Amino acid sequence: MTRTRRIAGLTMAVLSVVAADACHKAPAPQPAPVQPPAPGPNADSIRRAQDEAARRAAEEAARRRAADSAAAAARNAAAAGSVRETLTAAVHFDYDQSDLRADDRAILDAKIPILQANPTVKIRVAGHTDERGSDEYNLALGQRRAATVKRYLVDHGIADARIETISYGEERPIAQGSDESAYAQNRRAEFEITAGAQTLKAP
Amino acid sequence: MSAVLSVGARAQDTTFVRGITLVGNYDPLHDKVGIVVLPITGAYGDSVRAIIQRDFDYSDRFTVIPIEDADPSALRGQTTGTGVNYPLFTRLNASAVVQITPVGNGLHVALHDVAKARVVNVGDFALPAAGFSRDWRMAVHRTSDEIERWVTGQRGIAATRIAYMRGQSIRIVDSDGAQEITVPTEENGGSPAWNPSGTMLVYTTYGVSSSNVGSHVVLIDLSTGRSRTLVPPGRNTLYLTPIFSPDGNSVIYSREGENGSDLFSVSINGGGPPHQLTAGRGTVNTNPTMSPDGRRIAFVSGRLGRPELYIMDSDGTNVNVLTDYDFSEKNYRSDPDWSPDGRLVAYQERLNDRFQIRTIPVRGGTPKQLTSEGENEQPSWAPDARHLVLTSTRSGVRQLWVLDTESSRFRQLTKSAGSRLSSWSPRIAQP
Repeated sequence: MTRTRRIAGLTMAVLSVVAADACHKAPAPQPAPVQPPAPGPNADSIRRAQDEAARRAAEEAARRRAADSAAAAARNAAAAGSVRETLTAAVHFDYDQSDLRADDRAILDAKIPILQANPTVKIRVAGHTDERGSDEYNLALGQRRAATVKRYLVDHGIADARIETISYGEERPIAQGSDESAYAQNRRAEFEITAGAQTLKAP
Repeated sequence: MSAVLSVGARAQDTTFVRGITLVGNYDPLHDKVGIVVLPITGAYGDSVRAIIQRDFDYSDRFTVIPIEDADPSALRGQTTGTGVNYPLFTRLNASAVVQITPVGNGLHVALHDVAKARVVNVGDFALPAAGFSRDWRMAVHRTSDEIERWVTGQRGIAATRIAYMRGQSIRIVDSDGAQEITVPTEENGGSPAWNPSGTMLVYTTYGVSSSNVGSHVVLIDLSTGRSRTLVPPGRNTLYLTPIFSPDGNSVIYSREGENGSDLFSVSINGGGPPHQLTAGRGTVNTNPTMSPDGRRIAFVSGRLGRPELYIMDSDGTNVNVLTDYDFSEKNYRSDPDWSPDGRLVAYQERLNDRFQIRTIPVRGGTPKQLTSEGENEQPSWAPDARHLVLTSTRSGVRQLWVLDTESSRFRQLTKSAGSRLSSWSPRIAQP
């Protein structure tokens, strides 16, 4: 949307210039001719003032266009950052569970349009558990969590080949400590963009 | 010389082994046989004696009576021939005296029955020429185990090894804690388990399927160090907890795939594709352990919520909850290991927020709690169905410990922190 608006603005400016050249009835300050007339023997002070005003207006327009475009780039970058953030937002699980909670589904639902708008993007879903539980059972549980997340995305139209799953069991906690708060943060599935991260765009 | 047996006679053991009766103060539940190992002459004699005495101690069936302070001449028979000083050993509460003489490339062993005042068994044991090699030590351990069989009727477990994980490597250590080695596995190997002859390990690797090292099931021949892939990587698939069947012909393992976490069985001799044993329908099913007769499998399943132990026929039929004694509690129970005598399954259960080791009779009955200090996990039975190796934090960090389930004696096996997921080998046969 941002890009479309900017292109429309440029088109308007060009059209204005064409109109000014074609019809000399236009008042001096606006619209401004981009090409000042070549200096000649019959140049007078009024003409020079008009030329100077036109030159300044052209400079100002160029400056404004550059500023607009920088702001747009910044807006795009911010949008991409938020897209990335949405795409990699973790989901969390209840103790010993691998099924999706309602809040998990909302987080996954937000990823689906992004994945659809960026068909070259591939992701890896990593299942994690809290530190309680058997080492080996937790590896299995982490894999179940990643598989459940993948199944949800595939069921919502994302191609199977774009999603890889892996389990880290209890080996990579993000929250230290042995209390329920740490456990709850660690029972999660994380998302990593493995392809197409550079050209990520908003849906 | 102040050695005394702390426990008096309770029963007279009259075990017959190859026609030999050793009358001793042996009660398998409470008492230990007082035993003396006489000093051994020759190269490595002191080492052989130290190893055998430690094996006897670690067997938890003997009290090794020290005679270091004794005048060597006092040990010899006071009358005629090659006998030993039976009256002295009687006073020391020794029931058995082991007399070992180096001969050629081995050891000649004579077992004296102190009560009968005579030699009741003799045997010759070959030793590899290279002193202190792994094979040499294992041959000494086999000697200890055979002497134990002469005395108690049951072969010892000194000639065994324990495979386990430390960090991302698989290691093997002798039953007495010596000769620790790192197994040359493929990258990120884990969950090692022995074949029934102790010549191979099966393990799984951890990996990402998009790279070239996806998780797979691997067999390693310990004599050659060569690995071969038994089950190749699958996309988004993690393999865990492989075991050998007791006949050594197949491997049962857990496959964590996109459609579920289930147990599979595959022949190691190319007998067709793996076949699925459990129908977990998306729940976790892992940690198989097989009965010694190969007819049943105990395993962990989360099919009803919390991990619980189940038991089924080896073809996957007749599934029942094994740990249903207080099933309403829905405790966390996992890591089962079926005892080699077939009677018990050892496992871990969360009690007061920590795992502890329990055993449950397979034919029904009350579980017995074996540990309470620190957190104790991942039990694996020794071939004698009496000792367990387990992961314990009783020293502050995870280490392997050996527990005698009859006397509750613990001894620390490893001295390197972070050791876990151990598997006790069968008796290691002569190479």
